Amino acid sequence: MTTRIDRRMAKLKAEGRPALVTYFMGGDPDYDTSLSIMKALPKAGADIIELGMPFSDPMADGPAIQAAGLRALKGGQTLVKTLSMAHEFRKADDETPIVMMGYYNPIYVHGVERFLDDARAAGIDGLIVVDLPPEMDAELCLPALKAGVNFIRLATPTTDDRRLPRVLQNTSGFVYYVSMTGITGSALPDTSKVSVAVRRIKAHTELPVCVGFGVKTAEQARAIGASADGVVVGTAIVNAVANVLDGKGGRTADPAQAVATLVSGLAQGVRSVRLAAAG
Amino acid sequence: MNKPATANSFRTGPDEQGMFGIFGGRFVAETLMPLILELEHEWNAAKNDPAFRAELDNLSTFYAGRPSKLYFAEGLTKHLGGAKVYFKREDLNHTGSHKINNCLGQILLARRMGKKRIIAETGAGQHGVASATVSARFGFPCVVYMGATDVERQKPNVFRMKLLGAEVKPVSAGHGTLKDAMNEALRDWVTNVEDTYYLIGTAAGPHPYPEMVREFQSVIGKEARQQILEQEGRLPDVLIAAVGGGSNAIGLFHPFLDDREVKIIGIEAGGHGLDGDEHCASMNAGKPGVLHGNRTYLLQNEDGQIKDGHSISAGLDYPGVGPEHSWLRDSGRVEYVPILDDEALEAFQVTTKVEGIIPALESAHAIAHAMKIAPKMKKDEIVIVNLSGRGDKDVHTVASMMGMEI
Repeated sequence: MTTRIDRRMAKLKAEGRPALVTYFMGGDPDYDTSLSIMKALPKAGADIIELGMPFSDPMADGPAIQAAGLRALKGGQTLVKTLSMAHEFRKADDETPIVMMGYYNPIYVHGVERFLDDARAAGIDGLIVVDLPPEMDAELCLPALKAGVNFIRLATPTTDDRRLPRVLQNTSGFVYYVSMTGITGSALPDTSKVSVAVRRIKAHTELPVCVGFGVKTAEQARAIGASADGVVVGTAIVNAVANVLDGKGGRTADPAQAVATLVSGLAQGVRSVRLAAAG
Repeated sequence: MNKPATANSFRTGPDEQGMFGIFGGRFVAETLMPLILELEHEWNAAKNDPAFRAELDNLSTFYAGRPSKLYFAEGLTKHLGGAKVYFKREDLNHTGSHKINNCLGQILLARRMGKKRIIAETGAGQHGVASATVSARFGFPCVVYMGATDVERQKPNVFRMKLLGAEVKPVSAGHGTLKDAMNEALRDWVTNVEDTYYLIGTAAGPHPYPEMVREFQSVIGKEARQQILEQEGRLPDVLIAAVGGGSNAIGLFHPFLDDREVKIIGIEAGGHGLDGDEHCASMNAGKPGVLHGNRTYLLQNEDGQIKDGHSISAGLDYPGVGPEHSWLRDSGRVEYVPILDDEALEAFQVTTKVEGIIPALESAHAIAHAMKIAPKMKKDEIVIVNLSGRGDKDVHTVASMMGMEI
């Protein structure tokens, strides 16, 4: 069965350009503002939305996403509210794929079967769960696949050729290549190394390969997008929100507008890949 | 889920997936997974290698000072007027706690794996000191992550680590305690995975750490079992140990698990009481969840967000527990009970006065429970308490609790 992710990726492939995958933290700094950010993303040029599920102990995240998660939790965000955001979003947009990204414990505590039912009802297309490697597939990956929800796996520089087939085995939607060994928001490594890694993964799979961790500018998005099927931007978007918060509950500008401005620039970056190829 | 133990034994876990029943496992980011598998491979090779065993035994004897004594606490026994109380004197080890047992084992493994750099997390600082010690001994650079709150309340240990050449990095996220230090250590590890060995201090984390740390700490229970047979001609009636992550406890308990006549009790930090959030009694007041690479009992809210908890003792100030303890709890083999801050403080003072031994606040929790049950037991019954560490590091905390300036 095809999902919104499959359809969107096929469409972009036909257009000859990479996808812009945008991560934001659900509930940061509060539910309503965060929903307005989510709604602004497709209009600004995002092709796929990664909806962050805040967790108290995000052990693979850098300071920016840690702080965003804490702001969201302080603002009262819960897994149920994050699902409800997706539900609200779907009322006006039934095309843009939504991937929920976060850590396993809130899902486990909610109950895996109940979560999958709720996620499907909310129009969720895929899941990225950082602390569930293939060794733990029985927990959520296999039930998700059975429920028709894509389980998008992370591949990393430490995932060697021997291990890659295992990582890819139950992956669907796309493969998320983590550009470096490190936490979110670190500096982007040499893009030529990234393109070598993308070629290595593509030799093992037909799935699209999106690259994330460290992409912050339109120029980087363009450079990564030249070899990958998609570019993931997270920390830069989360920072765009943080930058307009005054730390006292007020804001110096509209967070949704700040995110839209950033994402428009990034969208031009990925769209220039097609222009370059065509020209 | 596979059952790790047969009906006849509580000592066969974990299974090949690293599970103790539903607990344990390998809930880590993909970046770490290849390294976790390599570690498991090296650990399996090392534990069957007589040369590895011989080197560890030699260091345990001549460097750490093992075997530690099983001491008849005559003063405390008289004071309580009931069962005979014995202390397993892990406080007499080099560095002053049981933590050295695990650190010596893991540093040999790090060297065997060709790693160049050691990282560790610490709560009370006992594991940080032990990690800094073995790093100095074997010539590794060492970075210790420690919650900012703990840096403040465990100053003597912070200075010891620095003297030993380790870099102590304070972590101010959350409440600035052990949980936050562990998050930050994991972030370092995921960033420096190629050359860095993560020396986890307790029997928790992703498989194979819970099993490996238990094996290195089981020397405590093996010795105690032999010593009590020599000194009393029989097994004890009760074993008691404090449980934070639970490495000293599993080390004492594991060799006795199949001795069904021995009652085994783990002590959780009851803090200010289990009614509110000011405690760290994850097995009495928490529920199963996934954190720091394993599934185990955790203090968490209904949304699966981890709570910070509280204990007077930095070493018990952790909202989770090693997965084997969770399994032993559910299987009913071990009973886990809370001891309040005040009760631990009282035990700390009594032990100091009647035994001339200043126990670590962690160990004082275990002694406090012995003080509750020993008076009700017969005089020929035997209780062994794991005196997991010495209390010099805690004198600042105790002084401020008593309203004294030092």
